[in-house]
This record gives sequence, structure tokens and C-alpha cells, in this order.
Amino acid sequence: MKLLVNGAPIDAEPAPGQCLRSFLREQQQFDVKKGCDSGDCGACTVLLDGTPFHSCILPAYRAADRAVTTVAGLGTPERLAPIQQRFVDAAGFQCGFCTAGMIVTASTLDEGDLAELPRLLKGNLCRCTGYRAIEDAIRGRGAACGTTSGTTSGTPCGATDNTTPGTPCGTTCAATGDTTPTTADTAEPTSTGAAHGRVGSSLGAPAGARVVSGQEPYTLDIAVPGLLHLGVLQSPHAHARIRSIDVSAAESLPGVHAVLTHADSPATLFSTARHENRLDDPDDTLVFDRVLRFRGQRVAAVVADSVGLAEAACRLIVVDYEELPAVFDPDQALRAGAPLVHGDKDAAASRLADPGRNLVAELHGERGDFEAGLAAGTTVVSGTWQTQRVAHGQLETHATIGWREDDGLVLRTSSQVPFLVHKEICRIFDLDPALVRVFTARVGGGFGGKQELLTEDVVALAVLKTGRPVQYEFTRSDEFRLAPVRHPMRVGVTLAAGADGRLTALGLTVLADTGAYGNHGPGVLFHGCSESLSLYSVPNKRVDAECVYTNNPPSGAFRGYGLGQVVFGIESALDELARRLGIDPFELRRINSVVPTDPFVSAQGEGDDDLAFGSYGLDQCLDLAEAALARGNGAVVPDGPAWRVGEGMASAMIATMPPRGHYSHVSVTATAEGRYTVRVGTADYGSGTSTVHAQIAATALNTSPDRIDFRSSDTDEAGYDSGAFGSTGVVVAGKALLGAATALARELRQLASGRTGLPAHSWALEQGGLRSGELFLTLAELAGPDGVTGVGTESGAERSVAFNVQAFRVAVNTLTGEVRILQSIQSADAGFVMNPAQCRGQIEGGVAQAIGSSLYEEVILDGAGTVTTNVLRNYHLPQLADLPVTEVYFADTADDLGPYGAKSMSESPYNPVAPALANAIRDAIGIRPFELPMSRDRIWRMLQP
Amino acid sequence: MDLNTVTSITPARHRDDLRALAPDVAPLAGGSELFASPQAHLTGLVDLQTFGWPALTVTRDGLEIAATCTLAELSRLPPEPGWNAHPLFLQCCTALFGSFKVWEVATVGGNLCAALPAGPMTTLAAALDAELLVWRRDGTDELLAAADFVTGNSTNVLETGDVLRSLRLPTSSLRSHTAFRSISLSPVGRSGAVLVGRLDSDGGFVLTVTAATVRPIQLRYPSLPEAAGLRRDIDAIDGWFTDAHGAADWRQAMSRLLGEEVRQELERKLQAA
Repeated sequence: MKLLVNGAPIDAEPAPGQCLRSFLREQQQFDVKKGCDSGDCGACTVLLDGTPFHSCILPAYRAADRAVTTVAGLGTPERLAPIQQRFVDAAGFQCGFCTAGMIVTASTLDEGDLAELPRLLKGNLCRCTGYRAIEDAIRGRGAACGTTSGTTSGTPCGATDNTTPGTPCGTTCAATGDTTPTTADTAEPTSTGAAHGRVGSSLGAPAGARVVSGQEPYTLDIAVPGLLHLGVLQSPHAHARIRSIDVSAAESLPGVHAVLTHADSPATLFSTARHENRLDDPDDTLVFDRVLRFRGQRVAAVVADSVGLAEAACRLIVVDYEELPAVFDPDQALRAGAPLVHGDKDAAASRLADPGRNLVAELHGERGDFEAGLAAGTTVVSGTWQTQRVAHGQLETHATIGWREDDGLVLRTSSQVPFLVHKEICRIFDLDPALVRVFTARVGGGFGGKQELLTEDVVALAVLKTGRPVQYEFTRSDEFRLAPVRHPMRVGVTLAAGADGRLTALGLTVLADTGAYGNHGPGVLFHGCSESLSLYSVPNKRVDAECVYTNNPPSGAFRGYGLGQVVFGIESALDELARRLGIDPFELRRINSVVPTDPFVSAQGEGDDDLAFGSYGLDQCLDLAEAALARGNGAVVPDGPAWRVGEGMASAMIATMPPRGHYSHVSVTATAEGRYTVRVGTADYGSGTSTVHAQIAATALNTSPDRIDFRSSDTDEAGYDSGAFGSTGVVVAGKALLGAATALARELRQLASGRTGLPAHSWALEQGGLRSGELFLTLAELAGPDGVTGVGTESGAERSVAFNVQAFRVAVNTLTGEVRILQSIQSADAGFVMNPAQCRGQIEGGVAQAIGSSLYEEVILDGAGTVTTNVLRNYHLPQLADLPVTEVYFADTADDLGPYGAKSMSESPYNPVAPALANAIRDAIGIRPFELPMSRDRIWRMLQP
Repeated sequence: MDLNTVTSITPARHRDDLRALAPDVAPLAGGSELFASPQAHLTGLVDLQTFGWPALTVTRDGLEIAATCTLAELSRLPPEPGWNAHPLFLQCCTALFGSFKVWEVATVGGNLCAALPAGPMTTLAAALDAELLVWRRDGTDELLAAADFVTGNSTNVLETGDVLRSLRLPTSSLRSHTAFRSISLSPVGRSGAVLVGRLDSDGGFVLTVTAATVRPIQLRYPSLPEAAGLRRDIDAIDGWFTDAHGAADWRQAMSRLLGEEVRQELERKLQAA
């Protein structure tokens, strides 16, 4: 058929059942993304003769003789269309994977449509931003917010950028999203009068123009000649042993290059979870296992000329399964006689607490005398809270392309941790690390879900087996069935306090369902019970926590890493305690929260030695949130007697990086071209790390970000980095980068001194060179043909703490169970705010994701291990219509440990949201929610007699 | 998504072309349903769009909607004089889970044939007592009441080889006053309950309950009932169901609530008239 794509004629035949999305990508139109392939997410939106369509549900042949326009056809990086420019100006994206479809859709809207944005954008999902910035972009108010409400003690989010007014600043435009600040007492910005591009300014993403024009390649946006595709036969049983497997029919299908089964699998046990210390996770996984422990687990894989052929061949594989008894309830899993999920494992070798009881990890500890503390209290509160499975829902599904290069193996993969994947792939396949390269292109979201090795191992095996390039791409349903979910937890909390509100005892019991594999099981359990407990200064603490195997799909790492679940219980219990004592909930936190003179005490012992108060802003966060809530936002309470209004708040603390070391080795080179090249190993999956890195380098080298080139997330190009998890992009990799840039600056001064005899300290770095008085040496001549390099390393030996306080005012409809958020406030102690607009976006995105967990999202199982919500239309990711604009306030602090005084702020905004919302609902209706999500049907049921 | 097992598309231009339909060859209208999930059992599709059926035809008897009419086309249809029920077209289109971009491909017939509880074209057709014209495989035609078309969650009365040809909305229904209510677990999410009341010129009242039950349920009254009676009859409905879009007990309660709102709205209209 013939058609025009962005004005260029195409003459190609689609397969009869092919959709337009994949046809366009086949024509190397890689700006057309796949998010869901079912018409729900909108990432693949294109115009057909000017009308927007979800190209994934449009039969390709229907595009014959028509004109297709993709986001790349709207404008180029050099000549952006106005709508594309507005997305850059408003920082209307984070990972950018939804952006192509978002912009194509937005390009069809006119002024008259703006009132209907909630309806018109329900077919465009963004998992990163929380939509405020997207709405700003569409409304063209990228830079128009003006200064913001705040209090004198706090730095309001998005103090304007002095040197370039008009830079998107991330001002707090209050809950209505109006351009007019809704509160009267505006305060002067108190800091961040930073020069554009330097730390403290709201620099836009360096890749911005390419992202909004569809030119920034993601993992699969590359044409690889001779590429084969991998399809996987998934287990139909929750627990079974493969008696026999016959692949002969599959192998003989023309176009099939290999069929891989447990017979091809290395015998090395590993964990799909990746940590700096590989011993953190139990070794319980094989590339292919003869025992299948959850529905969907790999049985076999086919490598074929096309995805369709691979699928067809999978259907020809004959497997004789011996079904085994299975267990789906974590309580039952611990009982004597329960089916054992990993009964075959050696506890010591796999690092399991007790495989004979399905126990992966446990934590039991007491500080002080818990029972005595309980007896000492005049008021005791206890309850049990249950959290659900939540899907990461990042728009780019997991995917890897692998190929041979010389004698080596190359993996281009969608990962947060390329170096850790590299290490483990070498271990599993016994490969020389020098011959393996793992790298990422731009990563379309992760949220913890890509701190795993889910596609790389089987691609490596396929490449090693066939010698050919091989691609494996998760479908959206694979994401729901195979990719780990947030650990569901049952959290029991007991609190005791005196009449003065002082806590005398804090007890915690946790039961976490880690599913069929233990990836992240121990870490999530331990971390969940750590900062949640040590936030409060209580003389008597006790914890009993267990993480168990079941035959459910595996749980894993997810933003907050267990804290969100445990904080939901503790902060709800504190709210109940405040009610019983008649003490304001903010006040109760002030009475009991740790202050810098306190040690960090978790129930296991006196804190982690490496944890320190590098700064402290919880007091400010409490004040800021309390004041904002008291101020209100003028939101109108819905009419009618069915509505009840309530307020609630919650706190959270998080360590600024993971424990036991997080490493980054960064180099900065001054080049013969008079530019700088930064080599940093960590990955940016939408959190904006690379933007802040550009700011750090520009500041330390006194130059502008456009002079700096990055070689990132590549084991061949950059020094070792533990990767992007535990909120480390700024505080570890950024600090190493600061060290490298500072070392380079010193070296350049020395060189200049050596050339001229003038003292090193007289030389100052300028754009393009160094100056001492009238003398100017260009960077190019100093760098010479080989360049000059500075290196910096960071080991994460010392960790600080960051704080977040969330507050809500809600209206609850007692007849329907609807919760309407009238005001959403988050105050954050991020230390020095490196990039106000971006940090605001991180917080908004975290709040948005947490509102999703709180009100809407649940991966539902049928009780026998089958995921019933395996498409986006049955799993409700928040849409624009679902979310309020969150007011964001920053505490005015500077950290002793982080670079320039910065702290991490990517996971933590999630953690206090669910309990704050639950507490507000409790305040409104007089009944406390104990279960997530607090969906309308659950709230309605709570209200029934 | 790609339907990799599909190796042929038959453009249908004559009714005879439908003979190609088989258990592994399905009729294709807009594609928004077929292409949204794996169809490994299919080897072929018969494209109904090539029939070129006129999407919307106003007749003396009412409105004929071709099965292949898209929701976008339906949503843009201007009202004829006296069509008091006309707002229901846009209301039902808006109740589709898919975005306005899906309206461009999703068809009225396809939505009925998908037979999802929350299918808003099922709501529309049932609420207005549409007659459905079915082309049976043996070449005969059959007219069915819309409310009888959907038989369960994702099942309908069609046999392999049958095709839904069109919907006929009678003028009497189009002239009726209607009231529409829907609710879901999120502001614009997939419907958990959609209720439409219709007050006919003869005073008769029909309440159509969809999305809360696996198939449409209709309650008919010679005149607008009292609140208590309506509530009792809604409570007596069998078939509330639970899925990711709402629990059965909530759906039942919401139907009671919205049914009463519908009744009150039409009562006000009656009083005004």
C-alpha cells in the first residue's frame, strides 16, 4: 500500500493482522511508542489525515492512501512546533515516553477544548508527572506562574530564576491550577537566585527538544539488521514440575532459530533483583527452571524471525506438567504442612531464613521493654492495615536487544542498573566481564521495576546460542503478570502514650507476600521497618516482621521500598492516637519525632552507624503543611447533604541512599574541542538525574550545560556505578561528579600555572577556558589532543535523612463512597534544591502515584495465582481527571553530606500520601480505612450499617 | 496490537462475502476491540467497513444506525425536531471507557457485539428499545429486541457467521424524555453502573440498568413509579457482578441511588410538561 508518513511517500505491505503502530515502527518511525497496545495509554497516537488515532488498535491496511503525521512530523528539535515548545517550557514530561502521543493528541485541541481536558486526555496516560506540568504545557503557561505562596520559614517551590525570567520555575500555582496565586501572603523567594544552568536553577532536561519531537531514542528505537525476536511460553500453572517437554515441532517451524528450555539453562541460581551487594537477595532463580512457581513463569523461549513466528512456535511446544499443590495466602504459607515453594533450596546457599516454612526473611527485635512501655501508656491504640499489589505502570515496558560484537556480548536494555546487570550476567553465564557490555538508551520510566533482571538473561542466552541479534519485549500484560509488583503487606501497629502525647511504646508486626521468588523480599521488609520506626523517638519498640513465599507472581522493588506500606499503618495509628488523646496530629508528630540530638533507633538496634542528620527540616515541613492546610485554597465543597469534609496529614522519613554502600566512579574530561565530557554510569529513567548532573558540572566548571557532553549508563563508556535506585542519582553519582569536576578544575589550574608560571590559585575557570587577569588560555589548548581528566568517586559511606509531610482536605460522598480531594499539600525537606521545577515535578509525580495506590490501583488475583487485571483498562493508572494539583513547599535546609547541600527526593514523596488521605477520610466520615485502595466501593461499604 | 495469526482480510462488499466467516474468521468493524487483545484463535477477518453502509439514516420510522457507524459519527448527529432523547447519544458515547480518539474507530455494532457489561451502545440501544437487524448465516434476516442481544459478560445471541447489520431506533423512543446517570470507581473510568430512564409520550416509564449487571436489565411501568416501588424492583434484580470496576453490592446500591435520581429527574420533567 502507499501512504504518506510525515509527508514522505511510503510503499510497503503490512501483514493482514498488523496494526498501524507496529507498521510505522517497521518503517523506522520510532517516535510512535508502544505503551499498552490496546488503545488505552495513547503513547502511539498519530494523526491520520489530521484526526488523532491510537495507532495500536488501527488495522495498518486502513492507512492506505492516507497521510500519517507522527510527533516527528509536527516539528524538529531545531524547529519545534509551538505545542512541542510549550512542553519544553513547562517541563511537561519526565521520562518522556508518553510525550509523543501526548503532544500529538494535544496538537488537535483548541481553546474551546480546554474546559474538557479531563475527558479529552483520558486516553493519554503519564506515570511520571501527575499531569500538572502537562496541563500547564497544553494551556501554554510554562513560565507564567509568578511567585508563590509560602511561609517565611520555607523556601517556596520554584523561586524564580533571577537571570532568566521566563524559565519554567515550578511555582506553586495552588490547587486550582490557576495562573493566579490563590493565597495572599506571598513571600519573597529566599534562595536559588542561581544563574541559568547552574545548581539551584530550573534548567530543563538537556534532551528536551529531542524528546518532544520524538527524536530521542529509547531502548527499542533502533534498527538492527538481522534482528530476531524472542517469544516465551509461560506457565499455565501456579506450581508444577515439567515432566517432559517436546520442542521438535517448534524447532522445525521455518523461521525458528532456537528453542530454549531448562535443558539450555545455566545451573547458576541468581536473583532477578539487583543490588550493590548481590548477597542482599536470595539466589532462588534460574534462567529456565524445571519447577514453575507462578502462573506466567518462563517454560521455554523461541527465537524466530518475527514475534508472530515465535508465538506460533511456542504454541507447538508440548509440555507434560506434573501439577503441584500451591499456596496463595501468606498466612497459610507459614503453617505447618503448607506446600513449599522453594523446599528444594538450601537455606544457607540461597540465603533464605527457612525454606521449610516458606520463610524468606524475618526481623525480630526489641528496644527497651515493649510490654512495660505498653503498660506505662495511658492510651493504647492498635490496628491492622492491609496494602495491595501495585504495578509500576511505567510506560516503556521491559525490553532488551542483545547482539554479538567481535567476541563479546552487548545488551541494550531498559534498566535502572546496567552495571549490576553486567555483573550478574557475567556470573550467570561465566563470561569475561571485559567481553560484555550493558548499556541503556533513554529509559521510559522504572520506579523500581527496572532494578531487576527480567529480560536480559534470556536474551543473553539466545544471543549466545544463535550468534544473532535478538530482541525481547514485554507486552503490557507481561508487565502485569511477570514484572514484580509492590509487596502487599499486612501491618499491625500498637502504640501507647501518656496523656501528654509522649509515646511510650511502638510495636510493629509485618507480613509481606513476596510471591514465588524472593527478589527484593528481604530488603523491602527491612527497609519498610527501618525509617518508619526510627522517625519516632520512643523508648520501647518492638518489631516482628516476616516475608514469605507464595505461588503468587513475584513482588519486588517499588518507589519507597516498603516504607509506603508500613508508614500507612504507623501514621494511621498515630492519627488514631491523636484523636483519642485530643492532641492535634501535627502536634503529636512534633512531640514524638526524632530531632538531631536523638539517635536513630529502629527495633533491631541503635540505628545504622552510617546514618546521620546531615540536615533537619522536619520541623519546617510540619509547619509548612500545617499552615497551608489552615490557609486553605478556596476549593468549593460539593453541594448536598451527602458530602462530609475532613482533613488529615502524615509524615515520612527516608535515608538519602541505600545502606551498605552505593558506588559511583565518575570522570570529567576537558577535550581538545574545548568541551567537557562527563562519564557517569548511573541511569536516568525519568527522574531528571542527568539534568541535575549537567547543572553540577556546569557549576563546578563555571560553564554552561550546552558545553557538556554525557556518556552515561554504559559499562563500556563510564566508570562503575551501582545504579539508579534508592534515590541516589544526585546524592551519590552527583556527588562523585562534583568530585570529578572539582578535581578537573584543580588540574586545569595547575596546567595553566605550569604553562605560565602564575600561581594556580590566580586562574579562574570561564566559559571556554581559564583566565588570570588579562591572560586567557582556551580549554582546547590546555586540554591538548589527549584531553585532561578529573575523576571522582563516592561510596555512600555516610547517609543523611530527608523528610516529607503530606496533608489533605477531602470531601467524601457518603452515598457513593467518592473521595474528592479539595486540597493536596506536600512539604519536603530536600536540602538545597538543585532544580526547583524538576524537584517539584518529582514530588507531584510521587504524590500522583501514591494517590493512585490510595484510591484506584490494585493488581487483582483470582485467589489461585492468576492476575485478572492484566490490561490497563482493568488496572486504573491515574488519569488527568483523577488528580488534584498538589501544593509543594520546600524546607529551607542544606545538607552536610549531599552535593551543594542537596538531598534525595525521588522515592520519599510517595510514602506519607496514603495515610494522610486515610486520615482525612477518617476525619470526614468518622470511620477509619484499614485497607488500600480506598476505592469508592470500599468506602461505601465501610459506611453501611 | 498485531494479530499475528491473521493471514487474510476479506473486504466484504456483498452479503455472500460473509460466508467466509467461521470459528477462526471473525467480522471486523472498527478494530478497537479485536486489536486490543490477543486473538490467537483467528486466522482471518472479514472487513465490514467495505460494505459502505450509510452510517446514519433518518427514516419515517426513526433512525437507522449501521452497525459500522462509529461513535464519532453518532456523537456528531444533529437532532431532528422532537427528538427529546437526542442528548443520550453523546451521553452514551462519553460513557465509553475509550478516549475520544477511540470514538473514531469504535463502532456502534462492535460495541454491542463485544457484549461487555459496560458497553455504552448496549445501554443506548436497550434504553431506546432499539430493534436490531441481524443477518443470519443462512441468509435470513431477524429482528431482535436490543435488550435481548447481550446474554452475559462478553456473550451475545450471534452464532458464527451471523452479523449485526443495524439498529433501528423507533421515533417513539427518540421523542421520549430520557435521564442518564453513570458512576465508576474514578471520575472518568470504566462504568460501574449506567442507568437510563425513559418517559414515553404515553406516560410509560422504562428504566434500563447496564454496567452494574452482566446484561441489560429493564424495568417497565405503565407510569412513573413511586420511589419505594422502584427501589424494591431494583433490589430484586439478579445479576449484579464484581470485577475490577466495582463490587456487586456497591453496584446494586449505586443502581438504587442513580435509579431514584433518574426517576426524580423525569418526575420533574413530567411536572414541567
